[in-house]
Amino acid sequence: MKRRLAQILALSALRGIALAVLLTTLLMLASIAIGGASSISWEFLTAEPVEGMTRGGIFPAIFGTVCITLLMIVLALPLGVCAAIYMVEYAGNSVLSRVIRASVNNLAGVPSIVFGLFGVGFFVLFVGRSLDKVRGGGLLFGQPAMLWAAATLAVLVLPVIIVNTAEALTAVPRSHREASFALGATRWQTVRRVVLPQARSGILTGSILSISRGAGETAPILFTGCAYFLPRLPLVHLEIPFTGLSVPMVNPLDQFMELSYHIFIMATQSTDAAATRPIQYGTTLVLVGLTFLLNISAIFLRVRYRRALEAR
Amino acid sequence: MATETVVDEIAPPRRPRGRKRSLWGERIVEWFLTLNGFVAIAAILLIFLFLFKEGVQAFQTISPGRFIQTTELDFDNVPRTVRMWQPVSTNPKYSLVPLVLGSFLVALPATLIATLLGVATGIYLAEVAGKRTREIVKPGIELMAGVPSVVIGFFCLATLATLVQDAFGTTFRLNAFVGALGVCFVIVPVIATMTDDALRAVPGYLREGALALGANRWETILRVVVPAAASGLTASILLGMGRALGETMIVLMATGNAAQVTLNPFESVRTMTATIAAELGAVPQGGEQYRALFLVGSVLFAFTFGVNLLAEMAVSRMRKRLAL
Repeated sequence: MKRRLAQILALSALRGIALAVLLTTLLMLASIAIGGASSISWEFLTAEPVEGMTRGGIFPAIFGTVCITLLMIVLALPLGVCAAIYMVEYAGNSVLSRVIRASVNNLAGVPSIVFGLFGVGFFVLFVGRSLDKVRGGGLLFGQPAMLWAAATLAVLVLPVIIVNTAEALTAVPRSHREASFALGATRWQTVRRVVLPQARSGILTGSILSISRGAGETAPILFTGCAYFLPRLPLVHLEIPFTGLSVPMVNPLDQFMELSYHIFIMATQSTDAAATRPIQYGTTLVLVGLTFLLNISAIFLRVRYRRALEAR
Repeated sequence: MATETVVDEIAPPRRPRGRKRSLWGERIVEWFLTLNGFVAIAAILLIFLFLFKEGVQAFQTISPGRFIQTTELDFDNVPRTVRMWQPVSTNPKYSLVPLVLGSFLVALPATLIATLLGVATGIYLAEVAGKRTREIVKPGIELMAGVPSVVIGFFCLATLATLVQDAFGTTFRLNAFVGALGVCFVIVPVIATMTDDALRAVPGYLREGALALGANRWETILRVVVPAAASGLTASILLGMGRALGETMIVLMATGNAAQVTLNPFESVRTMTATIAAELGAVPQGGEQYRALFLVGSVLFAFTFGVNLLAEMAVSRMRKRLAL
């Protein structure tokens, strides 16, 4: 009887805690949604901030977030996926490759602000200033810019992408590779026709999750390219030769506004933080919405992927 | 994390002769992938090197003892020893003591609370929840892990801080405890997910054996499953603590940022991460303070690296034990 009672108590305590954790998260999100819902409007999403950022919209910040995320994807995703394929399928199990695996795993846990330090010291001051020296003339590369912010974020998500991709690749049973080799396929044929098709959705899920992590980060870009207030978009007009036309293009050497940085600045550095609370809530809601879009699609994919794996 | 990624010792058989073109393609692909692997790894190693290189240079102008304490004349011209982080002053002070204390004053309570909640949630997910509930709760936890930390920081600043002040009657609205609660939002999902993974790695026959011997479900969990996964649980808690030490935006927004030597979690503190985030934007590069900040970064890196390394060791221990 006593044992039974202990079991009932313990199991309901576990249920209660799990429920409480979920509910607290929901409450947090609800408080943001309620606070932000009233400030979301077409104007808020498409206009620029005006009157010392006490009114107007956040379009430059949304634009900046999308740009930097895309640039980060271009810089990190192909490299990360290829590196993971190399590590899992080609590198074998030597001491060196084990050391590399351990350091990649470990790097996925390095604090994001450390990446920020690295970004300033390496990309902006070292690479940027060196480029300027070679180029001659004034400061062009050696200052905070979208390119460096994206590169910093890329270094941050790289180990995450590698770990996730490697996980998806190792989930493919070894026997499938052996069967493919036994049929005379080469290593690359095996990777391309046997391993990758099976690991595809796993890689996709992991990549989306990594990208969403990068898109929501603030600390690495604090000093590498974010602008406090930049009402114009970071665009440059590129002349197409002989036609006289010019197309607007994102200028990766410009600074930019960014959603998470905007939240941080508005909430802590603004002269009258209480007066702009609605804008802060609205911006937070937009950022949560954007990252959730990514996360939910990843989770949806993952559930389908798990089902497919279990069905096999 | 820390999956053993090994597909070794199997290799394609030698190709018969006469298919040269395909072999060339093979070599190019292999070369390309190897290059990618090494570029990625080089980028990663560069961080270690660069950080420490800049950090070590701080010792050129600042003697090591000053990173602990400095002597200063007080108003009556009596020398006294101070442990302060005050880089912008006529007598700059670079004591790391308040920063390290601040970091742990946030990370330890956070880890404590998050361990209780996270491990319980992980056990619930792996052992108690039915398949249906699991498919709702697990994505919920994953969604929680995906909330950007600046959002949690904002929530702490705008809402949680007031709640905590009303509940505990603290002097400072923003303090280490508010930061710790915020950090919990980040590390509970980490601990819960890893606990879930660790428990699910425990082979089913151990549970069946316990149940067959007459233990009920709770006894099986408590005496058989959890001990079998103990190293995995340790790893999850350590990883959570590593994340707590490294969390930046939440502590920057919610802990009040007063660098003081205190052990009271309801005081305002300033962590290593927040110091870097708050000061790096305003320092001239290559100066004394710039290098001191890199040293703070190196110390932070060393702490988290150590904690993560311990976690990794715990995971591989568990893998060995379960493989028998």
